[in-house]
Amino acid sequence: MKVSMTVNGVAVSHDVEPRTLLVQFLRENLGLTGTHVGCDTSSCGACTLILNGEAVKSCSLLAAQCEGAEVTTIEGLAASDGTLHPIQEGFREKHGLQCGYCTPGMIMSSVQLLQRNPNPSDQEIRHALEGNFCRCTGYDNIVKAVQWAASQS
Amino acid sequence: MGKMIGESIKRVEDHRFITGTGEYTDDIVLPRMTHAYILRSHLAHAKIKSVDTTAAKSADGVVAVFTGEDVAHINGIPTGWQVNFTDGEVMREPKHPLLVKDKALHVGDGVAIVIAESKEQARDAADLIEVDYEELSVVVDASKALEAGAPMVHDELPDNRAFDWQLGDKVAADTGMAKAHHVTKMRIRNQRMIANAIEPRSYIGDYSKARDKYTLYTSSQNPHVIRLLMCAFVLGIPEHKTRVVSKDVGGGFGSKIFHYAEEALVTWASQQIARPVKWTAERSEAFVTDAHGRDHNTIAEMGFDKDGNITALRVHTDANLGAYLSTFAPAIPTYLYGTLLQGQYVTPAIHVTVNGVFTHTTPVDAYRGAGRPEATYLLERLIDTAAAEMGMDPAELRMKNFIPAFDGVEQPGYQTQVALQYDSGDYEATMRKALDVLGYNDLRKEQEEARKQGRYIGIGFSSYIEACGIAPSAVVGSLGARAGLYESANVRVQPTGKVSVHTGSHSHGQGHDTTFAQVAADHLGIALEDIEIIHGDTEQVPFGMGTYGSRSLAVGGSAIVKALDKVKEKGAKVAAHLLEASEQDLEYIDGKWTVKGTDKSIGFGEVALASYVPHNFPEGLEPGIEFNSFYDPANFTYPFGTYIAVVEVDAETGTTEIKRFVAVDDVGNVVNPMIVDGQVHGGLAQGIGQALLEGAVYDESGQLTTGTYLDYAMPRADDLPSFEVDRNVTPCPHNPLGVKGCGEAGAIGSTPAIVNAVVDALRPLGIKDLEMPLTPQKVWAAIHNANA
Ligand code: FES
Ligand code: FES
Repeated sequence: MKVSMTVNGVAVSHDVEPRTLLVQFLRENLGLTGTHVGCDTSSCGACTLILNGEAVKSCSLLAAQCEGAEVTTIEGLAASDGTLHPIQEGFREKHGLQCGYCTPGMIMSSVQLLQRNPNPSDQEIRHALEGNFCRCTGYDNIVKAVQWAASQS
Repeated sequence: MGKMIGESIKRVEDHRFITGTGEYTDDIVLPRMTHAYILRSHLAHAKIKSVDTTAAKSADGVVAVFTGEDVAHINGIPTGWQVNFTDGEVMREPKHPLLVKDKALHVGDGVAIVIAESKEQARDAADLIEVDYEELSVVVDASKALEAGAPMVHDELPDNRAFDWQLGDKVAADTGMAKAHHVTKMRIRNQRMIANAIEPRSYIGDYSKARDKYTLYTSSQNPHVIRLLMCAFVLGIPEHKTRVVSKDVGGGFGSKIFHYAEEALVTWASQQIARPVKWTAERSEAFVTDAHGRDHNTIAEMGFDKDGNITALRVHTDANLGAYLSTFAPAIPTYLYGTLLQGQYVTPAIHVTVNGVFTHTTPVDAYRGAGRPEATYLLERLIDTAAAEMGMDPAELRMKNFIPAFDGVEQPGYQTQVALQYDSGDYEATMRKALDVLGYNDLRKEQEEARKQGRYIGIGFSSYIEACGIAPSAVVGSLGARAGLYESANVRVQPTGKVSVHTGSHSHGQGHDTTFAQVAADHLGIALEDIEIIHGDTEQVPFGMGTYGSRSLAVGGSAIVKALDKVKEKGAKVAAHLLEASEQDLEYIDGKWTVKGTDKSIGFGEVALASYVPHNFPEGLEPGIEFNSFYDPANFTYPFGTYIAVVEVDAETGTTEIKRFVAVDDVGNVVNPMIVDGQVHGGLAQGIGQALLEGAVYDESGQLTTGTYLDYAMPRADDLPSFEVDRNVTPCPHNPLGVKGCGEAGAIGSTPAIVNAVVDALRPLGIKDLEMPLTPQKVWAAIHNANA
């Protein structure tokens, strides 16, 4: 079946099997491998991206369900001139990543968090990022990264 | 030297990760690539009566199907460490086949591999394979597997043991125990853990017929080791015609050290079908096939004289090795465990015995800390319990028994009762600093007050030591290692004065691109941007033993320093020639050779250029500047520290809240404090996860009942506190950077601190011990039983 959507501002359209997941569509059909897969139970959040303004786990949606949708992935977060999003900067400034595997999902969840709550407390950040596993950082520096980004605006 | 080392330089590798342009193995797509799915046994122990692949072979998109029969001629996965029985019998190493033919020995044992145009087609076809199993009886617990009449894992091994082992002086330990005034004895279970790097294992085998060459892309912590094991021991293919590439790897924590069957399978299969073959684990598959960690059943006793001085330690452990011996498995519950039982204490007599035991479970191998967390856990539980039993303060009892400070230079290293010689340490200093940061005395008062109000606050200590910087080759060789554990480096100075540093260490989150560049920048006095760190490709890096055991900077970094020294040595010859001075009159400062006492100088870049355009060059000197070095450490390194946890337990719900966590480490000199803090944080999270949340559980039939993220509880952001991390510095006396390693400390030290804190909180209720993980249900039940 044919699936069309807008990904990072670009209209895309591909023939896929009906069972194709959104994350597969991005990784396999579009070659956008920044969105990662870490589990098969919608538990880890590595695949988080922004779909029509909401942070979602792209492993839990079929590509076909996203017909006509607007998708932003980690590859589309920086400005077109390459200027990083404050959250991306924050992760680097505060060492909010180690192996980088959870990072795209973490960053996308954090983007939504700051949209909803521009000045979150430590506990609010921890709560909002509950759906994203990081096995490397112990989360402390991720919290600081989000706070750093919040302090930039 | 000294401008970059010690600075919290922001990581140069981060840009690709925060923009989604990292290159993990599963991101790689090769032309004509096929996809593999592995059909696995759903039974823990079963005879395989028949495997019918007819329907699968003719399914849509299927390229090939191979079974245990097809790979029966191939060697099994080897073990890199040999631990013989105490009576001299050679370690038992049953074959670990790439796919099983006659019998499945654990849930997840591979039965067939299906290769198709897409992963979905491979999975669909695997559903069509008919396997006729005959279920057999199962044993999952190491101690039960030793009992007479227990089900046998390998037909030829009636008592299920791979080896038994001992270390220390039995007579002295027995004597010390006999004369003890007080003995604390505990049964300690260190539960099975699953590393769960967020990137699942992923491999691509790519055989080129045109060049008769193999390439394996792998999510590995040590590509050269994988190449050696796979080429020489499993497939029998030429090492020089095999390239192993391990680009960005999404965390390892030990689980990606080992050579796995799937690596050899995709490499072999690619040659069979003359197309690339990719396999990436699904998470549920990772749960049953990634090597697990820990899983010790231990009885330990510590004797004290009437003043609280330790007189002896005796330990017996049944270590679960799973169904087969994984790469480092025999070393973990022996040489990385028993050798650490001295801890930070002047224990005069120690004796430890260990059984390495096969069970119908996933193989067990190194998981962050690997043996050292198990040793630390039992020591720190024992001493804390002893303090309570003898009515002493747990911090004071520790300090009373600490080994006095020694720097390894003026004072010699400390010879332990269990084979190791500690390099340098000041244990009391980290304890005192931790007490200070915590404000210990006030907290004890607070605890008293809280108790009066019926609130359960606990303070838990842990003073750990570990052996890292693994390891002096001759020493580990004499202990059964089948490899040397040096590291290599290559420094290539380019004609423009830019520098490529190739290292055999491997970064899967540790930040070597930055830390190693800091080291090179300081040594050469050039800009960080002019240095590139290259790792993870056997065709670029001369050789490498990889990254584990907190060895990268201590061993890999030292190899880089040695190569940099050679660069400077040759550079000086060139500079002297160009400056028409003698080498002795030159000094190298800030990237320039200067004739002492003059303003005559020449920069690193000019010397580099002259070395590649040698029109005016010292006679007899070869052009170019490029050097290799291999660094074999003189000793292990011994980081240490004291951690203190403050918890509050809700007696109504059994929930533990971590109110504070203070970690004072001494990891020797520090190159990048930001990165070291990050390593400590990550370790703390994993160690706390073990104490409170995580644990792999097998039921009696050998099913892993914690086989998804829904059942295996890893710490999430709101399970953890913000950490209070601090440091002392006692340099390592035997490597050029004075560094000790920091990757595992957090995971080693934090677990007992948390458990000690929870037990401390609940001691007024009569609770003396709790088995990890301290889930709310377990704690609630203990409180309930104590009240009853
Ligand atoms: S891949 Fe784990 S939640 Fe989507
Ligand atoms: S940085 Fe490795 S999982 Fe988060």
